[in-house]
Amino acid sequence: MTRLNTLLLAALLIVCCLSVAAGKVAVPWEAWTTADPRSIIIVELRVPRTILAILVGAALGLSGAVMQGYLRNPLADPGLFGVSSGAALGAVLSLYFGFAAQLWLLPAFALAGAGATTALLALIAGRSGSLILFTLAGMIITSIAGSMTALAISLAPTPFVSSQIVAWLMGALTDRSWDDVKVALPLILLGSAVLVTTGRSLDALTLGEQAARSMGVAPGRLQAKVVIGTALAVGAAVASAGVIGFVGLMVPHLVRPLAGNRPSAILIPSAIGGALLLTLADILVRIAPTVSELRIGIAMSMLGGPFFLWLLIRMRRRLA
Amino acid sequence: MSTLTADRIGLSLSGNRVLDDVSFTFRRGRVTALLGANGAGKSSLLACLAALRTPDQGAAMLDGIDVRAIHRRIRARAIGLLPQAADVHWDVDVATLVELGRLPHCGRWGQTAADREAVQRALAATDMTALAHRGVERLSGGERSRALLARVLAGEPDWLLADEPLASLDPAHQLDVLARLRSEAMQGRGVILVLHDLHLAARVADDAVLLRHGHVVASGPAQEVLTAPLIAEAYGVEVEVGVTPGGQRFILPIAR
Repeated sequence: MTRLNTLLLAALLIVCCLSVAAGKVAVPWEAWTTADPRSIIIVELRVPRTILAILVGAALGLSGAVMQGYLRNPLADPGLFGVSSGAALGAVLSLYFGFAAQLWLLPAFALAGAGATTALLALIAGRSGSLILFTLAGMIITSIAGSMTALAISLAPTPFVSSQIVAWLMGALTDRSWDDVKVALPLILLGSAVLVTTGRSLDALTLGEQAARSMGVAPGRLQAKVVIGTALAVGAAVASAGVIGFVGLMVPHLVRPLAGNRPSAILIPSAIGGALLLTLADILVRIAPTVSELRIGIAMSMLGGPFFLWLLIRMRRRLA
Repeated sequence: MSTLTADRIGLSLSGNRVLDDVSFTFRRGRVTALLGANGAGKSSLLACLAALRTPDQGAAMLDGIDVRAIHRRIRARAIGLLPQAADVHWDVDVATLVELGRLPHCGRWGQTAADREAVQRALAATDMTALAHRGVERLSGGERSRALLARVLAGEPDWLLADEPLASLDPAHQLDVLARLRSEAMQGRGVILVLHDLHLAARVADDAVLLRHGHVVASGPAQEVLTAPLIAEAYGVEVEVGVTPGGQRFILPIAR
């Protein structure tokens, strides 16, 4: 377990170095410290972009692992349950009203959106703990948020605003600055800190809700932690990078064979693994020989969709 | 002497009176069976004792204190519950499953030597040591229920509450589990079981609480409760109560 974390961290460190080096413009070593104009590319673009990829990936990986443990459902993912869509709707509304000029407003709207959807989800399906109810509620919230987002695009006051919304929705880490890091870092750290404390209760939930309660788990407290932690981490991730799906779904599955199936054992590895996956994917979209840069949100969906289908096929017998 | 008491418990669930004025003092060192027909309120009573449900009248008291008022971790150490639904949602191995029973005891920084010993004892007591590293999904039904029992035993609770611990077990394993529960009572724990099978209840129980429509029909030493007239009243069936040549009491349903 600790060895796995060390290995993942080492891999992440290597990938970070690559990420700072990768891009359309090659920056030789000697250009780094001197007053070479190219060092700005490194310091003002690639370093914050890499940090943001780590933060967003970790937030998505960790909240995916927590949601899967909480719902006892290996198909759970913040994207599938409407949290990301809610955050996106919040952010889109702030773009629609032209609030995006202020640094804190878009993230605040995204957080509110994420918080509202997770709270709604918990309200609809929370007490019963029914997975079917939770999944259906999540799907419906996703589609409602999606249609409201579409409405905002179609009613956008100017073509500029609607194209701004569409571009933002596709999810990207392109041209991010230290300002974005400044907003995302505290929120994601706070959310992750809340999420990490759920490990023990998630373990107890392995035996079902009744047994977990008899073992001293307070369901209300746990739910509040999951809702607040996910809203903070996913809300901030969506606010800074748009909608990037499937990271929270894929990473816990990739980590489980290495860390074991105990829900608490995969939390930290999922966070590091998510950071690793997203940083790697971000390098690939940057060096891919496309005319304009491939959007990372689209790339992850192209990767994650088939993964989800493969997972469904593999689980088909158990679900039937 | 430590006691767990149902003190005039009343409970309504969605308008139905599930329990009404149920009182009984459970004692440690004894096996008590909660008996009654389907819907008589056995599982609801167990849920009240385990503080999973709040009675709307009366209370379940542990040594004179309302179980709902005890801090949840302390309560979890005192009262272990084996629920009827034997779900294990992740394919963890048996040892990991049994370690979960130590959660109410664990400090923030992992297991102590005492935790590990308790897990080993619980594995040995349920004859699961050899299967400790097998995944739960590759266990048979009987092995799985033994693993879940080991989980509760690992917590070393003063009170062991089990809802239908014998369902889905073949006769050999039923007898094994009964013997295990018996010996837990001998070690001074209070064992409270919801049982469907009158025959097995007659075999294992020291005390019995017979429920009908949420009322106590009879309670006390099992021999006095498990009589033909009282069973007829609670279940609406005629039974033959007898003793085998080996001295084992048996209860045989004959007619409605």
